[in-house]
Amino acid sequence: MSYSIRNSLQRIYAIVIKELRQLSRDRPTFAMIVMIPLIQLLLFGFAINTNVRNLPVALVDNSHSEIARALIADLHATQVVHFIADYQTPTQAAAALTRGEIRAALVIPKDIGQRLDDQRPLAQWLIDGSDTMVGNALLGLKNMPLTSLEAMAFSGNFQGGRNTFEMTLFYNPERRSAINIVPGLVGVILTMTMVLFTSAALVRERERGNLELLITTPVKPMELMIGKIVPYVFVGLLQMAIILGVGHLIFAVPINGRLDHLLLAALVFISASLTLGMLISTLATTQLQAMQLTMFLLIPSILLSGFMFPYEGMPTLAQWIAEVLPATHFIRMIRGIVLRSATLIDLWPDLLWLACFTLLGLLLAAKRFKKRLD
Amino acid sequence: MNSTIAIQTRGLTHRFGSFTAVDNLDLSIPAKTIYGFLGPNGCGKSTSMRLITGLLTPTTGDIQVLGMKVPEQSEALRLRIGYMTQKFSLYEDLSVIENLRFIAQIYNLPHQVSRQRIAEQLHAYGLDQRNTRLAGSLSGGQRQRLALACATLHKPELLVLDEPTSAVDPENRRDFWEKLFDLCDQGTTILVSTHYMDEAERCHGIAILEGGVKRADGSPTQLMKDLGAQVVEIDGENLRQLKQQLITHPDIISAAQQGMHLRVLIKEKIAEPLQWLEREFAQAMTGRHLNRVRPSLEDVFVHCTGGEGRQ
Repeated sequence: MSYSIRNSLQRIYAIVIKELRQLSRDRPTFAMIVMIPLIQLLLFGFAINTNVRNLPVALVDNSHSEIARALIADLHATQVVHFIADYQTPTQAAAALTRGEIRAALVIPKDIGQRLDDQRPLAQWLIDGSDTMVGNALLGLKNMPLTSLEAMAFSGNFQGGRNTFEMTLFYNPERRSAINIVPGLVGVILTMTMVLFTSAALVRERERGNLELLITTPVKPMELMIGKIVPYVFVGLLQMAIILGVGHLIFAVPINGRLDHLLLAALVFISASLTLGMLISTLATTQLQAMQLTMFLLIPSILLSGFMFPYEGMPTLAQWIAEVLPATHFIRMIRGIVLRSATLIDLWPDLLWLACFTLLGLLLAAKRFKKRLD
Repeated sequence: MNSTIAIQTRGLTHRFGSFTAVDNLDLSIPAKTIYGFLGPNGCGKSTSMRLITGLLTPTTGDIQVLGMKVPEQSEALRLRIGYMTQKFSLYEDLSVIENLRFIAQIYNLPHQVSRQRIAEQLHAYGLDQRNTRLAGSLSGGQRQRLALACATLHKPELLVLDEPTSAVDPENRRDFWEKLFDLCDQGTTILVSTHYMDEAERCHGIAILEGGVKRADGSPTQLMKDLGAQVVEIDGENLRQLKQQLITHPDIISAAQQGMHLRVLIKEKIAEPLQWLEREFAQAMTGRHLNRVRPSLEDVFVHCTGGEGRQ
């Protein structure tokens, strides 16, 4: 009996050693074993900050009074908001809100002094409520204590329980998280499937030996790249239609913007993701490696793109990484178009960035994919 | 450049790091012939073919294929070359006819021409009954025929076949070679690599490669005639022991058992090999029949590669 157990243990040992040897020779997999927990840890530890701070907001000050200045000083002190622009009218501020430049605008009326005396709210916040986390952070300001004003000897007028601000939520007045999640999900799912499909597609040809045949034919690298990308563009559009369609029917997510702009934004993003997949396929030698590299990309695309956590809450370094990822730009665009009726003209920087990314990626992938075996 | 020479290489060398896969290879392959690379695995056959088709860049040396410089003009050459990889490299999840159509489109055959060529190829390679079968479900021989049909669809002037029959049974191999002779008759130059002696013997010319070096080249008959050795067959008992005894002698190149015989290669300088053997190994030769035989290509191969048969 003990003899057969010893034999069994020896066989298990042989397999364990073999497995470890193979693992240590598969460099990319080995790197992933170390990199994935490291990156995850750093992302979750540093980048993910649900305490939203320094939200970009605008000011429409019609009073130009000392009270207004004191109010703004108090708002600064909370660190929740950061004033980046001044507008003359609430309309201008609302337009900036649509463009996604600011998350909210503070409108201070002429009669702020009178309001202070009457115990009425002093000013109004126009808030982009599509991201509930951002919305909640701003709504937290509603009862902000007026420390500076108290110090300025207006103290007699203050009583607890009053509202400092009147809050107006745009785009998502019911504060439903689905409104923000569903369009963002399009970005995440497209990143996942588009990058994975294409990266695996070319690697599969190499693994099965098809590539050795293809490179002896007149096919040019760029032709091969484009030919492989095009079918998946339709796959991507289908996926977007499913997510937004079902999101609209079941979760009542509105589609406020123009469909043609949505389509164009999606096409550019799909192209960028597919290019990224192509680039991966020129790096990976097996389908497993392609999968791992895709995962490596997917994690920051979910965590840093603004899909789960507001972009503003992240430290600068994480924001830089986010700016590089196509998902960040697309999620910004699709939320803008679907929720805030923004047009591509409002969102041109994101569109341009994705287009440049695609072009650069294609060139790089075609350059890396040589029609040679050496 | 002589137009009757299809492939010419001079000083062709390719190194992978410190390993020299092809070493100073000079070739001159006449057009409209079947030329074979014969050699063991890892002798540089595939690497030489990849260099000639421009898939690899030579470390040093010049290559001219069909009058064009490789690798500089290899893109333009692609239309004139058909290449069949060692491993089946068509799409297993496409049907026979879908694979052919794909290749036809890649080579920009006009629609009408492509339809006609595909029909011709299906018929010529006996695939018309199976044109809707998935390539992955074909037998080894059928796959090779499909691969050849695809490689010759655009009527290339030069056909490069990397061990085309290594996974094919003897009968299919014979059929396959019939097809190659048909193509050669139609004016195609064929470069083929093999490690089968019988296949090499069918070629118009061969180059014997070993360790990246060309050991000999010429027509098989010429090579057999020019073999710098004499072949003796010895029968009797205990051939294994006899072999061990013989191969220690410096004038014996190799000894290999073939069924009931021991085939012995003896250096050319020995004038009378039969008498010499009986004199040198008097005790061992008693009661055995010694017989001089015609050299085979395998003898040439063994001789050139420095006694691969010695073991």
